[in-house]
Amino acid sequence: MITHAPILIIVTPLISAFFNILIGLWRRWLCYPFVITVLSACVFSSIAILDTVINYGTIHYKLGGWTPPWGIEYVIDHLNAFMAVIVSFISLIVAVYSKRSIEQELSEKIVYFYTIYLLLVTGLLGIIVTGDVFNLYVFLEIASLAGYALIAIGEDRAPLASFEYVIIGTVGACFYLLGVGYLYIVTGSLNMTDLSQLLPNLYHSKVVLVAFAFLMVGVAVKMAFFPLHVWLPDAYTYAPSTVSALVAATMTKVGAYVMIRIMFTLFKPYFSIELLPVTTVLGWIAVVAMMFGCIFAMAQSDLKRMLCYILIAEVGYIVLGVSFANRMGLTGAILHILNDAFMMACLFSVAGAIMYKIGKRDIKDFRHLHRKMPFTMAAFTIAALSVIGIPPTCGFFSKWYLILGAIDAQQWIFAVALMISSLLSAIVFFRVIENTYFEPRVPVHAHNGGTHEEIKMDEAPLSMLIPIFIMVAGILTLGIFSGKIISNVIQFAVPASF
Amino acid sequence: MEVISSIRPLLAVMVSLIAACLIVLTGERARNLRELWTILASVSKFIIVASMIPFIIQGKTLEYTIISLAPGLLLQLRVDAFGLLFGVLASTLWIATSLYSIGYMRGLNEHAQTRYFFCFAIALSATMGIAFAGNLLTLFVFYEVLTIATYPLVAHKETPEAIKAGRKYLAYTLTAGVVILLASAITYRLTGTLDFKPGGFLAGHASADMLRFLFVALIIGFGVKAAIMPIHEWLPTAMIAPTPVSALLHAVAVVKAGVFGVLRVILYVFGPGLLHDSGLWLILAYFVSFTIIGAAMLALAQDNLKRRLAFSTINNLAIIILGAALLSPSAIKGGMLHMANHGFMKITLFFVAGAIYVKTHKENVSELDGLGRQMPLTMGSFAIGAMGVTGIPPLCGFISKWYLCLGSLEAHEIVFLFVFLTSAFLDAAFFFPIVYRAFFKNPKEDVNPHFNEASMFMVIPLMTTAVASLVLGIFPNALVHFYEIVTLAVQNILGG
Repeated sequence: MITHAPILIIVTPLISAFFNILIGLWRRWLCYPFVITVLSACVFSSIAILDTVINYGTIHYKLGGWTPPWGIEYVIDHLNAFMAVIVSFISLIVAVYSKRSIEQELSEKIVYFYTIYLLLVTGLLGIIVTGDVFNLYVFLEIASLAGYALIAIGEDRAPLASFEYVIIGTVGACFYLLGVGYLYIVTGSLNMTDLSQLLPNLYHSKVVLVAFAFLMVGVAVKMAFFPLHVWLPDAYTYAPSTVSALVAATMTKVGAYVMIRIMFTLFKPYFSIELLPVTTVLGWIAVVAMMFGCIFAMAQSDLKRMLCYILIAEVGYIVLGVSFANRMGLTGAILHILNDAFMMACLFSVAGAIMYKIGKRDIKDFRHLHRKMPFTMAAFTIAALSVIGIPPTCGFFSKWYLILGAIDAQQWIFAVALMISSLLSAIVFFRVIENTYFEPRVPVHAHNGGTHEEIKMDEAPLSMLIPIFIMVAGILTLGIFSGKIISNVIQFAVPASF
Repeated sequence: MEVISSIRPLLAVMVSLIAACLIVLTGERARNLRELWTILASVSKFIIVASMIPFIIQGKTLEYTIISLAPGLLLQLRVDAFGLLFGVLASTLWIATSLYSIGYMRGLNEHAQTRYFFCFAIALSATMGIAFAGNLLTLFVFYEVLTIATYPLVAHKETPEAIKAGRKYLAYTLTAGVVILLASAITYRLTGTLDFKPGGFLAGHASADMLRFLFVALIIGFGVKAAIMPIHEWLPTAMIAPTPVSALLHAVAVVKAGVFGVLRVILYVFGPGLLHDSGLWLILAYFVSFTIIGAAMLALAQDNLKRRLAFSTINNLAIIILGAALLSPSAIKGGMLHMANHGFMKITLFFVAGAIYVKTHKENVSELDGLGRQMPLTMGSFAIGAMGVTGIPPLCGFISKWYLCLGSLEAHEIVFLFVFLTSAFLDAAFFFPIVYRAFFKNPKEDVNPHFNEASMFMVIPLMTTAVASLVLGIFPNALVHFYEIVTLAVQNILGG
């Protein structure tokens, strides 16, 4: 079983997606436990994979026994294994969370929802484990199509937002595919390991340069990297709460993963750093993305929309870390992929829980919410502090490595930009926190403290709270244990030449 | 120096964190039980901290490594003499403040008391963490926790004014936080370590320009909480917080955490030798001298009692920093002693301001005429505190100021002697009129000329701290061995 874990992790959700329809048509309530079981299996196999990778090194899995470069090969090193654990774990947690929210928002479509949900997970995990650039494209499309569908079943404006996403997303996918095509023309190979050996001789070929640019642009669209983010705020705002939580936490991170793969595995680091000034350009754009995201987030009154802009800023952080092109920066970026997955899943889940209970997302309507939903708002506060980067939450630790990366790269402006964006996100989140916890009172001399109008506690159901608190626990502990995560996994995921 | 691995420092940090959880779980329904948690936590915290004193006096160091992040980068608690000084100070005064808080919050029938006690307990945990932090990163972690935990306390009243004060507080302190973060990161890259070392660890690792930058960044970063002018503005504004908060946090824990940070930077990161050679000490000394005089001048102009106390705090914090900046043995000793002594005296003064407010709702100095007849115990304690801060023997303020004056002579900088003396003179000028008004002026019609004190929950703590500042003036080594601890710390730093 364990030896086949790399393929099982994809096949399990894929096949289950089809079974899910059958099961759902027979007994609708069975879908939820079925999906949870399947995703638990995915989490289990991804952890088994990570364990194998840590103990025995990179796994090469030949699909159908065909030897690469002719057959498709799955190559799992520390980076993929790490990503697979994150994605499968977050999918499981969000699936647990989804029960009540989906019952309320999409009671008619539960069966189809979970089917597509599994397809989305299949796509995301596929992107992660594959070692073949064309296979990656296939999974990218599976994930994207599932994403379009899931977003489109949201509220009134969701179909339009999804349509916008379809168009831009497809353009992005085309760019990626063109890039793959160009590489195939000059090398005749689609296998990443093979390509990385064939390409260095062709680094000065115009075709390769264009292919690289196409690949990067395609991925940038998928990960909503500024200025190719325009589809994201609408799509993620109007999507069902569960979907927002899942895609916000995983989709952009998987995009970031692909970017790291292209820059440092497919192409040798010295190509992306020295031959083309890609890292410098990326760094500056990332800084703009961080500032832009935070400033636009400040202007939003809709909580989910605000989180979307924060997400765009967070993508900026990750890319900034990559752009430093040194060990510390990339460690920070990879660590931030993990941390940000937890933070975003938590924040969007909280937004969903609030929607579930009060049916509103406008920050102005949150007054007194801490008395109605104390646990949910406590979770929000902790996740918010993590985004701001207050220790000992995990967000601080990735920021610490990012700043070390900036120092090592002698990029003082970027270091300062990291500080400023952290302050800007403080403004963004404390606006919400202040609005929730404090009620502006008229100053009175004789305090009549006991006269808070009675607001009964009316918390979100446990099936939402428990997943939210698992993520909060993650946010609080991942940072403290970041040293272990780095020394066991991330330091091997960073290219050895750094 | 012998290093002992011990869980005590961690316990000292954790005990109030656990109490904070219990406080939230208990909530408003069982108020007495909730307050019991606070008191239990404060007493047990004090006992744990006090149990470390014998080790330190024997010249040992207690250490507890929470977790290792990277080579040379640990989350580590390490109790040395200087850290213990701060820890003992904060934990002792927390007991008094806990009792006082109960009287104050119930006396005013304040809202959101659970949140108040919760945040207070977290703030104390963070303070212990700061005191016992073994390196700059650990210090920073707790420093930020302290910032966040005190924010709801500043904005407690939830009036537009209070919320604005909270925002201002966050704006100042979070900005300072990122500055410290950047400077620590650079320091880490330069030296590969962040562990505090008596006498500093930065020497020989950086160019003169880089040293200057790091020094300025770290001093600004910690100086915000230490309210060095011109980055002091948040402190007078934050006086809108409930008085126990101003008393413990804005006279002891938060601001002293800033001062503590500055002293750690001066004495344990840069070290006297490096600062002396680079001449940076003189710049800092002149800078804080300006704060000392400026804050005292501004205090003269305040009518609001708490604001006047706030400016006096700014003045005293700068005095402590000046002591360390002078780098001479007596000056450092005086500065550290003043950190402890000022805590006792200033908390008394704030307690008095709060007691007056709860009893009479008066906040301004001009309204206090004849109040000594109504509240003789309270105003009597104020007189003791005021004399102490001014530096009149036999109160403890005299001892620390004596060493500071000696220190300025040892440093061969006579200018700073005059700074200390002028400051003492100004202290008298803005405190004694209050005492005069209370005891020697005839009461206005709205003051009750008969004995009518505030609740004993408030009066007993404030008298205790007043008496303590008297006792510490006569026996500087009494109770918790402040004098011995400080002497040890100075010895370690100067390698004597």
